[in-house]
Amino acid sequence: MQITLDKRQIKVEEGKTILDICKERGIEIPTLCIFEGLKPEARCRLCLVELNGKLVTSCSTYPHEGCEVVTDSPLIKKHRMINAELLMADHIATCNMDPNSHDLCKIIEKIGLTRIRFDPIHKYKQDLSESVIRDDNKCINCGKCIRACGEIMDVHAIDFINRGHNEKVSPYSEHKLHDVACIKCGQCVHACPVGAIYEREHLYEVVQALKDKKKHVIVQTAPSVRVALGEEFGMPQGSIVTGKMVAALRKMGFDKVFDTNFGADLTIMEEGTEFLKRVKNGGPFPMITTCCPAWIKFMEHFEHKLFPNMSTCKSPHEMLGNLAKSYYADKVGLNKKDIVVVSIMPCTAKKFESTRPELKSDVDYVLTTRELAKLIRTYKIDMTKLKDEKFDDPLGESTGAALIFGATGGVMEAALRTAYELGTGKTLKDVDFMAARGTDGIKTGSVDLDGKTIKFAVASGGANIRKLLKEKDKYHFIEMMACPSGCIGGGGQPWPTNKAVIKKRMEAIYAGDKGFKLRKSHENPSIKKLYKEFLGEPGSERAHKLLHTHYHKRDRF
Amino acid sequence: MVQDLLLPILKHEQKKSGYISEAAIKRISIQTGIPVSRIFGVATFYSMFHTKPQGKNMIEVCHGPSCHLNGSFNVLKSLYKSLKIKPGETTKDKKFSLHTCSCIGCCDKGPAMLLNGKQYTLLDETKLKAIIKKCRS
Ligand code: SF4
Ligand code: SF4
Ligand code: FES
Ligand code: FES
Repeated sequence: MQITLDKRQIKVEEGKTILDICKERGIEIPTLCIFEGLKPEARCRLCLVELNGKLVTSCSTYPHEGCEVVTDSPLIKKHRMINAELLMADHIATCNMDPNSHDLCKIIEKIGLTRIRFDPIHKYKQDLSESVIRDDNKCINCGKCIRACGEIMDVHAIDFINRGHNEKVSPYSEHKLHDVACIKCGQCVHACPVGAIYEREHLYEVVQALKDKKKHVIVQTAPSVRVALGEEFGMPQGSIVTGKMVAALRKMGFDKVFDTNFGADLTIMEEGTEFLKRVKNGGPFPMITTCCPAWIKFMEHFEHKLFPNMSTCKSPHEMLGNLAKSYYADKVGLNKKDIVVVSIMPCTAKKFESTRPELKSDVDYVLTTRELAKLIRTYKIDMTKLKDEKFDDPLGESTGAALIFGATGGVMEAALRTAYELGTGKTLKDVDFMAARGTDGIKTGSVDLDGKTIKFAVASGGANIRKLLKEKDKYHFIEMMACPSGCIGGGGQPWPTNKAVIKKRMEAIYAGDKGFKLRKSHENPSIKKLYKEFLGEPGSERAHKLLHTHYHKRDRF
Repeated sequence: MVQDLLLPILKHEQKKSGYISEAAIKRISIQTGIPVSRIFGVATFYSMFHTKPQGKNMIEVCHGPSCHLNGSFNVLKSLYKSLKIKPGETTKDKKFSLHTCSCIGCCDKGPAMLLNGKQYTLLDETKLKAIIKKCRS
């Protein structure tokens, strides 16, 4: 198809929007409401162009043969300006107009809007939950959080209510997020272009604990934090900053820096053993992983029938938190009460998890990757200049199998590596289970376990979880992660978290795994020692008491 | 598509119960598979649906442009005087609910309103008082 774009004759393919065409040619058009991978809804009205002299939104308009598109003109500028001003009127009340903070203020700066003549009409109360906070005073009603929650997560906790200038985003019946079936995944946080949804911060509490001389403050970091934290300090996407992160944490005064990866290796020991037991007893299949608290909450709201299928393992950081207050406390002669465990997680749901009554005593505070970056900045530490340091013993050693927990399919791959070797007594020739890797929403494969074919499946993203559940009975072992691509795409990860960034983080994870000498959880010497000194054997009574948990039924609404 | 059925279902529910209760929203969600958040969104989008119990008498004051110019605001004021409720509210004795609505086709005789679906036009304070009195008796 032949069109004129900014006075130049060009050939374009059918089926591409004007915005796509402009992007390919490096023409910059401000956009706010497009959602990667979903159909355009054209709500923000910032992506205006002229099509044959008429203003249209480029994100939702397809060119036709011989048409003329203009991407910059006084008319476009004027209307884009007023549209942006109207958006700002909804947003300005609690905004500091810092161009670094989010997309809208970036655009405002770029198009040179400085005066906002309108006042906000409403004043709202914030919706505070234990993990995700929504502030309607910032919300511009672009609808992206609704789409993340509905189309990506298939949870539908929020939608637009009311009409006209009373329109706003809300759970049904204007309930609070806390009171409805919201799984706390935080995908709405990443969707929001104006910072109106964010995590409930626990920085104050952590800083207070650090100041308290009587407290022994232990910190642990999740696998996927180390491949994302660098982004917050201007390092290239996919940088692995494990050593610098440990150094920064120590500098801030944490008494011990442990590694959630140790907890991940331990999870594999327990979960792998549980799986082998089920293989021996003939079920119940499929066994489903339980590392992801948002998935757990999803299951508790919508899929009660799955209770017998769920593994009983706590998530890795809860396991480690528990051991820090038992095994480690005994070892160094500390009172459990004086220990504060802080988990640095890519995840908003883990904040919720740590408030669950049965898990409350394991981990005291959860900080997201973003919060950790903020903390490092407030302590005025230049991350990039720190020398690499190592995690502390005895809960700091880990294998490559633990690192890959951070990406979708990682838990499955790690579990298979161990289950195979422990189940068959043979050594695995190739530890790479390629079928479990990649950013696909659903992945499937099989392994031969001494003549028995084990079929496994992996899903990430709520909508994919629902899809896989429809055919769950075909499989023996299933891994579920709520966030698209797993924790590297978690709701607590640095902004922006999009497909391109996630890919980089994933590459870093698997490159990191390759770099480990030990790549199977059961080969971790510290884990062996832990079982010898404290737990007995995987699946022992003590292990069950400390490392396993149970689930609750929750209302489906 | 089941989505298309939502409006007729809500209309039926509104007629049957006088409002769309939370229990009804949950029931409809189970029956249709449409999320409760969406059902509540639709129910609050259209002014013909109510999500709270309504009074026996439903007053809908037109705030279309013509009535606006003819003083629909005064109508609301007078009604507030006698009923002590604002648009969107219901009297404590559950006798009256007050809402505003769009043009009801009586532009030549504004300000106008609907009382239980019946048109009342050329409203002023005395007329309104009489109407309310009649409803109360
Ligand atoms: S946290 Fe997840 S489930 Fe809750 S509103 Fe946001 S996207 Fe929906
Ligand atoms: S996938 Fe990871 S980051 Fe996302 S909710 Fe689950 S545990 Fe948290
Ligand atoms: S990006 Fe096109 S209308 Fe928002
Ligand atoms: S504007 Fe009120 S009836 Fe038309």
